[in-house]
Amino acid sequence: MWRTLDRDLVRGVAVICLSVAVIGASYGAVAVTSGFPIWVPAVTAVVVLAGSSEFLFVGILAAGGSPVAAVLAGLLVNARHITYGLAVSDVVGSGWRKIAGTHLMNDESVVLALSQPDPARRRAAYWLCGAGILLCWPAGALAGALAGGALRNPDALGLDAMFPAAILALILPALRQPGPRYAAIAGAAIALATAPFLPPGLPELLALGGLALTVRRRVAA
Amino acid sequence: MSIGTPGLVVAIAVLAGGTFAIRLAGPFLRARIEFSPRVVALLETAAVVVLAALVAITALTSGHGFAGVARPAGVVTGGVLAARGAPFFVVILAAAACTAALRLLQIP
Repeated sequence: MWRTLDRDLVRGVAVICLSVAVIGASYGAVAVTSGFPIWVPAVTAVVVLAGSSEFLFVGILAAGGSPVAAVLAGLLVNARHITYGLAVSDVVGSGWRKIAGTHLMNDESVVLALSQPDPARRRAAYWLCGAGILLCWPAGALAGALAGGALRNPDALGLDAMFPAAILALILPALRQPGPRYAAIAGAAIALATAPFLPPGLPELLALGGLALTVRRRVAA
Repeated sequence: MSIGTPGLVVAIAVLAGGTFAIRLAGPFLRARIEFSPRVVALLETAAVVVLAALVAITALTSGHGFAGVARPAGVVTGGVLAARGAPFFVVILAAAACTAALRLLQIP
């Protein structure tokens, strides 16, 4: 089903997955150098498969925080997936596939699906990116854990700019419509204004307040 | 770190199970409730709004502070290229290259 996707998008997914592998390597290295055994980054990368929550989970435990705090912080960061699942429920599949399809839900696979014009390409983009990340994130984490401190700073490669740039590029077409554009700008402003005071994950949820703009506009129209 | 292996296994299992439940919530609700086309469109916009907020947060902040200049400059470069119709993989490589180049010049 990949043939339905245009080649530029497939190349883009390949670059995203490579960058995910390198960031995964930094996750593995950070976890091991903070005192965790190698299996921790490797196993969490497969069974949680949500990078920012894993960094946070390991970071809180390494700093002496309680396991309850670490789990709750990780779940809060992942709460945004509720909105993703509501938007792209058509691509996760049914029956036993639904379990795999649900597990593959992440920022990149969802934004790629939303950027596609028809159901077949939505599904293909979602599964291609999701499967690529399922391979690359744990592989990177394991490699980083084995290599230890060698790969601690991927920022020198500018990879931290790649993630927001990729998502921005893929939501731009949706932002051409005024309703979503105003809602997104308002939401981003709410998130930025609250980020200095709130735990990670919550500002992105408060951004949903920006939706009030589109609802009011529709009622007015 | 003040946690033993059994505690760690339980914590990871709860984080993984909870994350799966969060991911499943959307498809679960959509399979049971019939939404009007208007609400479905609103749900897609909601995901776009959350993604836009995620772009703003990951581009501009680091912890609870400002991320510095290099990363936002790279993201803006990518955004401008994307708006001008550049291929997707060019957009993301240019964003990373711009940020990496600024850091090479000691701009944080």
